[in-house]
Amino acid sequence: MATEYNGYITTESIAGADDGPLAGKSVAVKDNISTAGVRTTCGSAMLDDYVPPYDATVVERLKEAGATIPGKTNMDEFGMGTTTETSAFGPTENPAAPGHVPGGSSGGSAAVVAAGDADMALGTDTGGSVRCPAAFCGVVGIKPTYGLVSRYGLVAYANSLEQIGPIAPTVEGAAELLEVIAGPDDYDATTRDAREAGAADGERDEGAYDYAAAADGDVEGLDIGVPTELVEGADPAVESVFWDAIDDLESRGASYHEVDLESLRYAVEAYYVIAMSEASSNLARFDGVRYGQSGGYDGNWNETFARSREEGFGEEVKSRVLLGTYALSAGYHDKYYKQAQDARAWIKREFDEALSEADVLASPTMPVTPMAMGESLDDPLKMYLADANTTPVNLANLPAISVPAGETDDDLPVGLQLVGPAFGEKAIIRAGSALA
Amino acid sequence: MSDGETGDGERDADAAVAADGGESAAGDGAAAAVDPEEVRHVADLARIDLDDAEVERFTERFADVLEYFETLEEVPEVESEADLANVMRPDEVRDSLSQEDALANAPESEDGYFKGPKVS
Repeated sequence: MATEYNGYITTESIAGADDGPLAGKSVAVKDNISTAGVRTTCGSAMLDDYVPPYDATVVERLKEAGATIPGKTNMDEFGMGTTTETSAFGPTENPAAPGHVPGGSSGGSAAVVAAGDADMALGTDTGGSVRCPAAFCGVVGIKPTYGLVSRYGLVAYANSLEQIGPIAPTVEGAAELLEVIAGPDDYDATTRDAREAGAADGERDEGAYDYAAAADGDVEGLDIGVPTELVEGADPAVESVFWDAIDDLESRGASYHEVDLESLRYAVEAYYVIAMSEASSNLARFDGVRYGQSGGYDGNWNETFARSREEGFGEEVKSRVLLGTYALSAGYHDKYYKQAQDARAWIKREFDEALSEADVLASPTMPVTPMAMGESLDDPLKMYLADANTTPVNLANLPAISVPAGETDDDLPVGLQLVGPAFGEKAIIRAGSALA
Repeated sequence: MSDGETGDGERDADAAVAADGGESAAGDGAAAAVDPEEVRHVADLARIDLDDAEVERFTERFADVLEYFETLEEVPEVESEADLANVMRPDEVRDSLSQEDALANAPESEDGYFKGPKVS
């Protein structure tokens, strides 16, 4: 079952229940989501032979729904990358654009769906890691509202930002998978019940989780806001495909207006400060004693840890842990972390204001087309800037979908991103289903 | 924000340099946003050994990234009301991992314990 484009890290099949809404379907799972008895590497040499003793909540729900898990998909190490080239298991190639990256960090998940090697897949999205590969591989990806899907069993990168989300060839398929994994979980205290969280105070919306039924393609009267900040920086080839998709939605009864959201100009910086800071704390657990590479050294406890982490972590992971440590260190906390939290609050407020005057907000998912393989690793800052349109959504805890908008003249896939209000998954599913 | 004031009160005067022009090549002594010693210090705090080549690469890279982060100085102070509530559960005994499962991924264990390096 190994693929020539290196989509999987492990291809051990996990059977689900005989019946259920996903019976007969294969759902590949990103390799940072725990699978009992099947190794879970996070794309890192550190966890090369780590075998979780329990299932993530989403994996339990897949199995109960009857899905078969065909394998664990390739990813940027610990989710840290936009191209799936930082994996210790080698890069994944984009099946929809050979010679190009599939996007990241859930590049393997989007690739196996695009190639037809799995019906659907789960990815994780901390700053765009579901939507970016969905856009680059020409498939659909959803980043749920923060708290809609349990993170129990997800190996943490930046807890305050990340959600597990579905990838599928169609919006309806992604919505079906979201129905299975969404819902509160006693093991993740940040989960909310969408029937309450998505309804007016004191009310209850019993149909809150009926996402697949919302994929009816009806955009008559839909009011779309277009944040100019997320369009003007895009590659002209991307922008052209984006406006064609907006024209398409207009021809079916939607209308659009442009909005200025000045705060979004600071999203990438704020995102990286917060994500790196959280990562520096989260990845402290990899000490080579309870799990992970040990190296078997003798000597001082701290020096032994430092050598294990030198060997187990790749360059991008070391860089982010060190920058996060720096940003939180004495004398720098106010300068970086506090400013980033202010930017986060500002972005949230501006998104809320824009969504009070529009049903959804639209932009290109990625401002660029899929990079050629090997092109990005030497220029990390350029790679970070490619996350300009996706990171604001995580900072604001909102839901967003990426749907295929078309291709450039060079046959490279372009994704359209639709952002909705908190627990407004149905709005983005309905709007997105008009296109895919 | 290119006035260089951003570093006032910082423990290291180098931190201000990225704000004033930013063309400074990394590894260029006082002109860099961080120097190799600072990278080694942070690596020590983070418990990650670095070889000399890594220190050199990270010094250069951190100068670029930290200079980029300087734009956050332009962000106004924002009042935010955290929409947070504590989530509690009854304090009841329930099943957890067995000792065997908990130790299964440890490179070394002994008599039911994780075995780590000596604390010297």
